[in-house]
Amino acid sequence: MQPKYMNPYLGGVLLGLVLLAAFFVSGRGLGASGAIKDTVASGVKTVAPSHYFNAAYYSEYYAMQRERPMNTWLVYQMLGVIVGGFLSGVLAGRMKLKVEHSPKITSRRRLYFALAGGILFGYGSQIGRGCTSGSALSGMAVLSLGGFVTMAAIFGTAFVLAYFFRKNWI
Amino acid sequence: MGPLIVYDIISQNTNLLLAFFIGIGFGFVLEQSGFSSSRKLAGMFYGYDTTVLKVFFTAAITAMLGMLFFSLFGWMDLDMVYVNPTYLTSAIIGGIIMGAGFILGGFCPGTSFCAAAIGKIDGMVFIGGLFIGILIFTEGYPLWESLYYAEFMGSPRINEILGLSQGVFGLFLIFAAFAMFWIGEWAEKKFPREIY
Repeated sequence: MQPKYMNPYLGGVLLGLVLLAAFFVSGRGLGASGAIKDTVASGVKTVAPSHYFNAAYYSEYYAMQRERPMNTWLVYQMLGVIVGGFLSGVLAGRMKLKVEHSPKITSRRRLYFALAGGILFGYGSQIGRGCTSGSALSGMAVLSLGGFVTMAAIFGTAFVLAYFFRKNWI
Repeated sequence: MGPLIVYDIISQNTNLLLAFFIGIGFGFVLEQSGFSSSRKLAGMFYGYDTTVLKVFFTAAITAMLGMLFFSLFGWMDLDMVYVNPTYLTSAIIGGIIMGAGFILGGFCPGTSFCAAAIGKIDGMVFIGGLFIGILIFTEGYPLWESLYYAEFMGSPRINEILGLSQGVFGLFLIFAAFAMFWIGEWAEKKFPREIY
């Protein structure tokens, strides 16, 4: 049985309204990778403070970010995402600890690829100044040229590479 | 008049509280739409499930239209809305690397958090990867700093480049989105998959 999901066009309108609310309140859109960057910066500051104040990236970050790196809009928003995803999963009866993968591959293989994909996506999101949410979706909603370029590069590359990784998915 | 924080209508703390509630809406809608499943997300690139396309573009045009209406009603000052700056080289290279991460990992950052929130271990591992990837970027920053700042174009809107008003470009974008929805519906019939 296919799990019961919301109609995608209705989901899209609701997501659009959430995005609109984000712009109306904060003047910026939604984001995800930015919150992880804040957490990484905060972690480095705690673990290695002298490195934090000397290394090139963190000193630039510190200059923009005031004194408390975790007290940012995106960190609170991502905490909300975890709560919202959890509530939806509970309501829909989808809470289950598992590795989701194609029957043609092992769980172990799926996890190696998930890790590699996460590393690439994390690194790419910093090069590209935001991920699918912050750069592509929010950027497109404000008609940012960079948002359209990033969106086309993300989806274009995934389509081009899809053939080589088809065993993982189909 | 919005954006509320720019016009000091709400305090900084209220802004952060609202961020949390907006995040709940974001996570809830993503999960309800099936974005907590990597096999559903990856379906986009094989044609068997184009939910990503439908949700993504419907959301983008809804928010865009909403902002144009709010501006028309005098509720929101669009000049005060943040427009992502365009650094052409890094936008393309970053996008290519993210696209590779998408097809390997089956998630993007926001969706991986939804997946992890309902117990998907692959989502949790992907998040671990995100932390590593971002740490590699921040630690090795001097190595790619020149790439990061190359080809800066300011913060142009795409309609300005094309010499169109936001409204006219928006109309074209809506037509383009409907054309893509039609292609998506066609692809799902052509490459059907019963169970995944």
